[in-house]
Amino acid sequence: MLVDFFLHLKARELPVSTQELLALLEALKARLVGPSLDDFYLLARTVLVKDEAHYDRFDRAFAEYFKGLEALPGFDVDIPEEWLKLAARRHLSEADRLRLQKLSYEKLFDQFRQRLAEQKERHEGGSKWIGTAGTSPYGHGGYHPEGIRIGGDSVGNRTALKVWERREFRNLDDSVELGVRNIKVALRRLRRFARQGAATELDLDGTIAGTARNGGWLDLHLRPERHNAVKVLLFLDIGGSMDDHIRTCEELFSAARAEFKHLEHFYFHNCVYEGVWKDNRRRHDERTATWDVIHTYGPDYKLIFVGDASMSPYEIDRPGGSVEHWNDEPGALWISRLLKTWPKAIWLNPLPEAHWHYTPSIRRLRELFGERMFPLTLDGLDRAMRALTR
Amino acid sequence: MKFEGTDTYVATRDLTLAVNAAMTLQRPLLIKGEPGTGKTLLAEEVARALGRPLFQWHIKSTTKAQQGLYEYDAVSRLRDSQLGDPRVEDIAHYIVHGVLWQAFESDVPAVVLIDEIDKADIEFPNDLLRELDRMEFHCYELRKTIRARHRPLIVITSNNEKELPDAFLRRCFFHYIRFPDKETMTRIVDVHYPGLKRELLREALEIFFELRDVPGLKKKPSTSELLDWLRLLLAEEIPAEALRAKDAKEAIPPLHGALLKNEQDVHLFERLAFMARRKS
Repeated sequence: MLVDFFLHLKARELPVSTQELLALLEALKARLVGPSLDDFYLLARTVLVKDEAHYDRFDRAFAEYFKGLEALPGFDVDIPEEWLKLAARRHLSEADRLRLQKLSYEKLFDQFRQRLAEQKERHEGGSKWIGTAGTSPYGHGGYHPEGIRIGGDSVGNRTALKVWERREFRNLDDSVELGVRNIKVALRRLRRFARQGAATELDLDGTIAGTARNGGWLDLHLRPERHNAVKVLLFLDIGGSMDDHIRTCEELFSAARAEFKHLEHFYFHNCVYEGVWKDNRRRHDERTATWDVIHTYGPDYKLIFVGDASMSPYEIDRPGGSVEHWNDEPGALWISRLLKTWPKAIWLNPLPEAHWHYTPSIRRLRELFGERMFPLTLDGLDRAMRALTR
Repeated sequence: MKFEGTDTYVATRDLTLAVNAAMTLQRPLLIKGEPGTGKTLLAEEVARALGRPLFQWHIKSTTKAQQGLYEYDAVSRLRDSQLGDPRVEDIAHYIVHGVLWQAFESDVPAVVLIDEIDKADIEFPNDLLRELDRMEFHCYELRKTIRARHRPLIVITSNNEKELPDAFLRRCFFHYIRFPDKETMTRIVDVHYPGLKRELLREALEIFFELRDVPGLKKKPSTSELLDWLRLLLAEEIPAEALRAKDAKEAIPPLHGALLKNEQDVHLFERLAFMARRKS
């Protein structure tokens, strides 16, 4: 039975290994837990899952396996949070509660699936749709004897939801959005310690080895201090369609500022042409020629582009395609120049990866970047940093 | 012998289960969680509850795996040789035992705390794979293998600043300490301040959890901050009514310095309080 369970976890893309399965069996043999499913859940999680980012995935996989249900609809579709925002809690009288008839389990899920398909907007206080503070069996903050609670805190009616079904670790899943700290952690992947500059630190091992080789005469060795020597050039798309993503970009920027000692940033609009700028308020007076940038920073810099890459394809491929000014040379040429100067380059895109396919300009830029475009999520950032260190 | 929490440490069911599993199956236990949820304290309390000696190894960015095993103090030996000290003949005098060596040689099963393993270099956990797996290592200078007499319980904490290698994780059990809910929090406070008035505690917890829900805080207050704050409230003899005065000018809780550690957070909170006041 556990082999099935193990394979099920594997199929749900949890990184579990045979060694861990054996450990779990060993733990069961040692009678660490009684025959309760709750305890088994805790034990299995301790032994099999090694990252809190995977707790949510594990919870879902566990629920699926032990309920024998085909994928719970609510756990797949992710109902928009807004529907569920608790605005008011309707107080039900005893009589109301009794009036609510109990639905059977299968019926509940069937109806839920059906309504999920029909419902398109936020709902509150009703008795049928998914939403808040009502007497419909779906949603939260309300009352129904056998309800499915979706999001929100339980109001104390506490109908029989299992621990793993509460999905308390949803926020820790690594495909969700970023905070400054999370970004910093992801950027840290790019650390490359090196000893450069003046030799100020006593190299004890070197001194000992040198002294021994000298036959006992003291031979002092000094070496430079160790620090993060990664150099980063950051190109940020600003204005226009990027306004929706300002907060994420700010966070990324402040995290990068704190993490890299050698960080240079430039702004551009939609696509890079002959000029970029450092201060967005003075973008029209203080431009830096892109050629100067190319000649200033050495090939050891790593290039990070941040932008939604959504524009008309002409802005990339035609001279004069820019929305702001007349450009003599097409953006694609400038991009390939930059990529030639700094071969270690990636593009971070705040749009969700699943939507990239629909925009021709994104496809084109991805092609230019040799598929090194990543979504601006924790997971994407992680992959991006890996690509940069490769 | 099982760990069930102690009189000063409230352990939830999942945590005790993880500790007992690690103890029975003799695997290292990796603990993660928000700062201030008692990760480091766990090892101390487990050692105390089980009456085992505790060996602590606090990791810094410069820590090397070798330092946990042993170090060869060549400088002392060099000095002794220049001074003609007879001790210099035996190299064993200059082998400084690290935390793991001490724990391996302990006569009774020990508890080892490897604190904040993520602070060290990325390669650090990999350098300890065999040592943690087999509980033995070789001392080159003495030509001798050190084996654990009793496999110690190893508790490792991490703040998630670096990702740990898969091979290392596979050898560990893992537990993520969740931030306690109100119920658990009440128990924790009870354990620390048994005489606390119900009323004061309720008001304080109310404020505390409200504060944690304020969006955009740089550093959310955690358990250890709550306990500090309560100690201050007690020391200043602030009555429960003072905490309840929500509509008054003082929308900011008294002695908030213990809860909010960041100037920007205090500003943010003041601004929100101001806005809330204007609305009402």
